[in-house]
Amino acid sequence: MVRQELKKLVIYGFFLAIIITPMVGFKNNDFDAARVLQTLAVLIGLLVLNLIVKLVRSKRPQRAPGHKAWGERVRERIEQIPKVFTLGGLILITAMFPVFADNYMIDVAITCLIYITLGLGLNIVVGLCGLLDLGYIAFYAVGAYTYSLLNLKLGLSFWAALPIGVVLGMTCGCIIGYPTLKMRGDYLAIVTLGFGEIIRLVLNNWDSLTAGPNGLFGMQRAALYYPTFQDGGLSWAVYNIKSLPSLYYLIYIIVILTIIGVRRLDNSRIGRAWVAIREDETAAELSGVPTTWIKLLAYALGAGFASVAGAFFAAKLSYTNPNFFLFMESCIVLCIVVLGGVGSIPGIIVAGIVLIAAPEIFRGLESYRMLAFGGIMTTMMVLKPEGLIPAKRHKREFIETKSNE
Amino acid sequence: MDQSAFILQQIVNAIFLGSIYALIALGYTMVYGIIELINFAHGELFTAGAFIGVIVLTGLQSFGFVESHFVISMIIVFGLAMAYVAVLGVAVEHVAYKPLRDSSRLAALLSALGMSIFLSNGMMLSQGVSDRAYPPVFGVQGIDIGGAIITNGQIFIVLLAIAMMIALQLFVHRTRLGKAMRATAQNRTMARMLGIDIDQTIRITFMIGPALGAAAGVMVGLHYGAVRFDMGFIFMIKAFAAAILGGIGSIPGAMIGGLTIGAIEVFWAAFLPSAWKDVTTFTVLILVLYFKPSGLLGESESEVRV
Amino acid sequence: MSKPSLLQLKDVHTFYDNIHALKGISLSVPQGAIVCLIGANGAGKSTTLMTIFGVQPCRKGKIVFDGHPIHELPPERVAARGVSQSPEGRQVFPRMSVFENLEMGAFLRKDKEGIQNDLDWVFSLFPVLKDRIGQIGGTLSGGEQQMLAIGRALMARPKLLLLDEPSLGLAPKLVEKIFETIIEINRNSATTIFLVEQNAQMALSISSLGFVMETGRIVISDKASALLENKQVKKAYLGE
Repeated sequence: MVRQELKKLVIYGFFLAIIITPMVGFKNNDFDAARVLQTLAVLIGLLVLNLIVKLVRSKRPQRAPGHKAWGERVRERIEQIPKVFTLGGLILITAMFPVFADNYMIDVAITCLIYITLGLGLNIVVGLCGLLDLGYIAFYAVGAYTYSLLNLKLGLSFWAALPIGVVLGMTCGCIIGYPTLKMRGDYLAIVTLGFGEIIRLVLNNWDSLTAGPNGLFGMQRAALYYPTFQDGGLSWAVYNIKSLPSLYYLIYIIVILTIIGVRRLDNSRIGRAWVAIREDETAAELSGVPTTWIKLLAYALGAGFASVAGAFFAAKLSYTNPNFFLFMESCIVLCIVVLGGVGSIPGIIVAGIVLIAAPEIFRGLESYRMLAFGGIMTTMMVLKPEGLIPAKRHKREFIETKSNE
Repeated sequence: MDQSAFILQQIVNAIFLGSIYALIALGYTMVYGIIELINFAHGELFTAGAFIGVIVLTGLQSFGFVESHFVISMIIVFGLAMAYVAVLGVAVEHVAYKPLRDSSRLAALLSALGMSIFLSNGMMLSQGVSDRAYPPVFGVQGIDIGGAIITNGQIFIVLLAIAMMIALQLFVHRTRLGKAMRATAQNRTMARMLGIDIDQTIRITFMIGPALGAAAGVMVGLHYGAVRFDMGFIFMIKAFAAAILGGIGSIPGAMIGGLTIGAIEVFWAAFLPSAWKDVTTFTVLILVLYFKPSGLLGESESEVRV
Repeated sequence: MSKPSLLQLKDVHTFYDNIHALKGISLSVPQGAIVCLIGANGAGKSTTLMTIFGVQPCRKGKIVFDGHPIHELPPERVAARGVSQSPEGRQVFPRMSVFENLEMGAFLRKDKEGIQNDLDWVFSLFPVLKDRIGQIGGTLSGGEQQMLAIGRALMARPKLLLLDEPSLGLAPKLVEKIFETIIEINRNSATTIFLVEQNAQMALSISSLGFVMETGRIVISDKASALLENKQVKKAYLGE
């Protein structure tokens, strides 16, 4: 076995060399051998590492059929502890976060939370309903631009604009969802990608409304109103959510509400209908699930959560422009959902933190971020398609083989 | 330039652009025909071809070979770019598709998407974020037909694209391997029971399709004079629209679809605000998928599917 | 069973995911014979053929063909050993012409002359195919597709021909014709034929050996003539 694997390694190394040499070697017109060797060394190193892991694993005695993976055991252990402690502890720690973190850390945390919200929203479409959406970031854009425009043109406050943004986002979700209802997975992916790009291009080209690539700026922050009794009478004082800790708490509450919402949806009749559609649409339809409405609902709700995140994002920066909403952003959100384990809420939270915070911490490696995302996505699908923290009941889909072969 | 010459010029441009889209679309269609999956990494393979093209061409030009032996150097440029991308295509298949051949569609799509992101960023890191310039090898001279100018470069590229499509058609219909490909696409299990090695067949599909994309990449580079790591994305969507429009899985369909998308884009840009031309292409794609997902020469109508 | 066996299955178990489809099949097909496997719908007859071919590989057991174990080979390697099949549902390539379909049957062969001879032979067995030589597979009638599937399987010049329900959905007259042709194939080319049929009467009348299958097991195996007289078989499969 070792010999076979070594032979494979040599062949892979050979092909890697063919692929790497010209592409990496000729950045300019002169050949840069050092660059090639470095890249090759890293990649072959990864292969060797993989080989070692494989060999070590094969040496270990066979596991009994009832044996559970490490992750699952940890999870069971945690589940034994009463929820009040685990969940309560988590909430407490995260709520205390801004107290002991510096501004930079809080800023990163806010970004994480935004992406977690997006991940949770996309999870409804991809994870629960099984529809691959590659244009999800468009709804984020809708949320951001709706708030920006309503605030700049009509002077609406964040809280007044938010429901409008959500409704608009959901409407967009339905508009995009409607033509895709009858499509198969890969067509659907392309159509959503196309819609996502259309929305971005419209934002980019509609100069008179959106100021084109320059973007919109000067939006008011979200504000809190509280009663005061100054000057002898009752009046409303305004507290602008502008400081990073206050922004953190705002998005923190949004995330918690999103988690509660998604959980409740997941365990509801609608949630079960989504899963039914994902597992076998024809069977679901024949069992009386109104697939059209249920799928549209998935799009709409997913879009709604993205709109909220978008509005928050615009209010936080007080600036927005179409280039925040590139296709790559959709891919990042998708990567969070996939890495965490499609359909799994804790997985998405962990993946969101890992994928967004890690590149911030390892600043030097930031340019490798998307490269790693792509690599992770493929590797996950090949090695562990159910994700880091698999959702309990959704595990089967990825393991099952295609039935209509 | 009078109106008729202007329109003629647009037709020339549409044919030119359309043949490039058609070549890329062929890669989608062939892969889709055989594994029923969109190769999301196809756009990146196209870009990789363009990069190898510029690397080889600059190398050849640095010692004056292009001027002295134009045809040979073109063969070398296209040949190396296509060969490289064929290897890359097989690698992509081996890493991202083969292990997932019996998994769910969603898993395979995500894996392919991951590959696309990986390759695109790999090229960004290795070749930089800015444009890389193609050495100009075609002059501005050309033929004047009724006021419309067809440059030598355009003629060369269109003829080459047509030749490749004819060669592909012959390959698929006349050779043993080509027939094995068609059989695998039509009924994989049966093909295996007749002794066809489908692993090999799929591998060859992943060589030919991307190689055609690479040729298109070199053509784009030669014509527009530059390549960028992310140019595959927009070409991918348009070529995909072409493949769908023509009926995915159909080789002649990909050609017709390519020309149609090329024409829509060119004429839109000629008469209407050109900033919106991509929006139009996407809209056409969505409309086609919605109203006629089987395309113009889709499965049921077409007899000459791969 | 004096003749050496060409194909032997020993305690073969096959699963579809967790469904135990074949529960220990053992049978042996003598060289040069016509052997049939009969049984009700869902008994596992087609699964047996697919397991022999490696399309639905067995999880346990042994399959020996022509002296070599084949239970671990993928279908294409089984084909290379000299097995061919006209499968359930015919599986004609729908967008290839009749000629191309037949040509695909001879995919592994390199002897041009032999291929041409076999082509002529197939056309003499099924003259209608010659008339339809340029027509696209998907547009043929059911009977024509059946002939094409058998013809394609013959083009491989197999040692063992697996036929899955060649009479299914055909007009009675055509059924008779197909069975006559099966006898002719067996006589002329000394091809061993393993036949799976619902039409037990017909199948047993042309076979030398017969196996009766019920829910994944072989319940009776005997000479075909004896099976025709067997009370149980008569009651269950011959409609008497």
